Amino acid sequence: MNLSRTARTLLRAALVAGLAVIYVPLAVVLLNSFNSDRTFSWPPAGFTLRWWGAAWDSAGLRDALWTSVQAGLGATAIALVLGTMAAFAVQRYRFFGRETVSLVIVLPIALPGIVTGIALSNTFHTVLGLPLGLLTVIVGHATFCVVTVYNNVLARLRRMGLNLEEASADLGADTFTTFRLVTFPMMRSALLAGGLLAFALSFDEIIVTTFTAGAGVRTLPIWIFENLFRPNQAPVVNVVAAALILLSVIPIYLAQRLSGGDPQTR
Amino acid sequence: MTTLTTTAASPGMRRRAASFLHRHAGVRLSLLLSAPLAWLGLAYLGALAALLVTAFWSTDVFTGDVVKVFTWANFTDLVTGEVYRTVALRSLGVAAAVTLIDLVVAFPMAFAMAKLASPRAQRWLVIAVLTPLWASYLVKAYAWRVMLSSDGVLGWGYGLTATVVTLSYLWLPYMILPIYAGLERLPDSLLDAAGDLGARGWRTFRTVVWPLTFPAAVAGSIFTFSLSLGDYITVKIVGGKTQLIGNVVYDNIGAANNLPFAAAVATVPVVIMLVYLAAVRRTGALENL
Repeated sequence: MNLSRTARTLLRAALVAGLAVIYVPLAVVLLNSFNSDRTFSWPPAGFTLRWWGAAWDSAGLRDALWTSVQAGLGATAIALVLGTMAAFAVQRYRFFGRETVSLVIVLPIALPGIVTGIALSNTFHTVLGLPLGLLTVIVGHATFCVVTVYNNVLARLRRMGLNLEEASADLGADTFTTFRLVTFPMMRSALLAGGLLAFALSFDEIIVTTFTAGAGVRTLPIWIFENLFRPNQAPVVNVVAAALILLSVIPIYLAQRLSGGDPQTR
Repeated sequence: MTTLTTTAASPGMRRRAASFLHRHAGVRLSLLLSAPLAWLGLAYLGALAALLVTAFWSTDVFTGDVVKVFTWANFTDLVTGEVYRTVALRSLGVAAAVTLIDLVVAFPMAFAMAKLASPRAQRWLVIAVLTPLWASYLVKAYAWRVMLSSDGVLGWGYGLTATVVTLSYLWLPYMILPIYAGLERLPDSLLDAAGDLGARGWRTFRTVVWPLTFPAAVAGSIFTFSLSLGDYITVKIVGGKTQLIGNVVYDNIGAANNLPFAAAVATVPVVIMLVYLAAVRRTGALENL
């Protein structure tokens, strides 16, 4: 390539600077969680593990975490079933309105979260008369999680082709046996990757959650948001933030392992 | 086989169901589509439609109940109210500014990743850009709150600028990744050919690189634009007193208890996004998502 030495150096510098901007705020949060001072003064006053202990002992925090896990698992389970079904239909069949199916599946994530949020809460509340609670949160999350499973399964089906399934049928296996012994094992890693993304999406969601959770239901993001503006809770919020940054390494590692070096995007 | 007891009947049933399904592709397709379409096609689109209908209703001033009578009042208020026009324009400005900042920051980064780094380094760089996407959205906004607070590392204080900076930070990876993918698809030989024909760096960028990666950049802009347009959480965290469309919707549901008006306001970002999507469709950006 005919780039001058200066241009190359500048581009590399831009990359390094950009990555620094991406990581510095996360590092600040991590550092601050060990800050012995209550406020987020800079530089930190001293080192302490006191806030990590306080966060561990907080019952409200533990409840919120458990609610988030339940909501995430519920939404992921629904998304896995619906996303797989839709992906099979779109990839394996030709029918009228096939393109529209993809559009409808992407829509909940393409529209602003607040629109999806109030549309669903309005339907639960006024149209169906359902009380808002954990169940409505799961329904709301599942709606925008379907797309992650759908995309992953669709890509896998496209690469898989039909040869092995046809061979299985030729050897006498019926539709269900072929699915159990041939199709499903080949899709397993795509389902895991899609499910992982769905869980992460649900775990981090706050806007749709705000509108679909009743008064008593508090997911982790809602707990963080509620305590963000309370000065005496600041150190504990800091610890939760730091812990979430550290935990985000786990899905990245798993996604890397699953995709065999082909990093997954949302 | 027909004389077997009920316990043995199920494998026969299964076999018959399997062969029935095998022979009838239409039935298979309907079964596969039923649940996803009932959920997303009927329930979700239905919810959106119901919201749109609500936008044409009003609330009783005294009781606060929804009055289910058709009226244009919400939309008239929306168009004539100067406050709402200002807020809508401000939201558009914020979304445009965030998109522009992300584009300017992301392009050189993506170029260095795709064209200057070794294949091994590329893999790690993609992971490095992806990882912050997994860290919680709130945590990242909070990190900026910490840094921007008057006694923080930067200490710029909160407001509109803080909102733009934080949103640009939040959505930056969404811009880097499509552009990187677009640049990776761009063959190096084209750049070499431009060089052989006498084009220097800037000219190559203007006449070869940019036109060919434009759809990828537009794909990234869909994320940055849409995500900024609907946001109200970041504004609350670092925006000080700043209000965006999202806040107006939120306040009308909560404090003002006026769902019809909130629904009317919520159509604004939807319409803007639909116009945006229609405008960029011709660039082929949607295939780059």
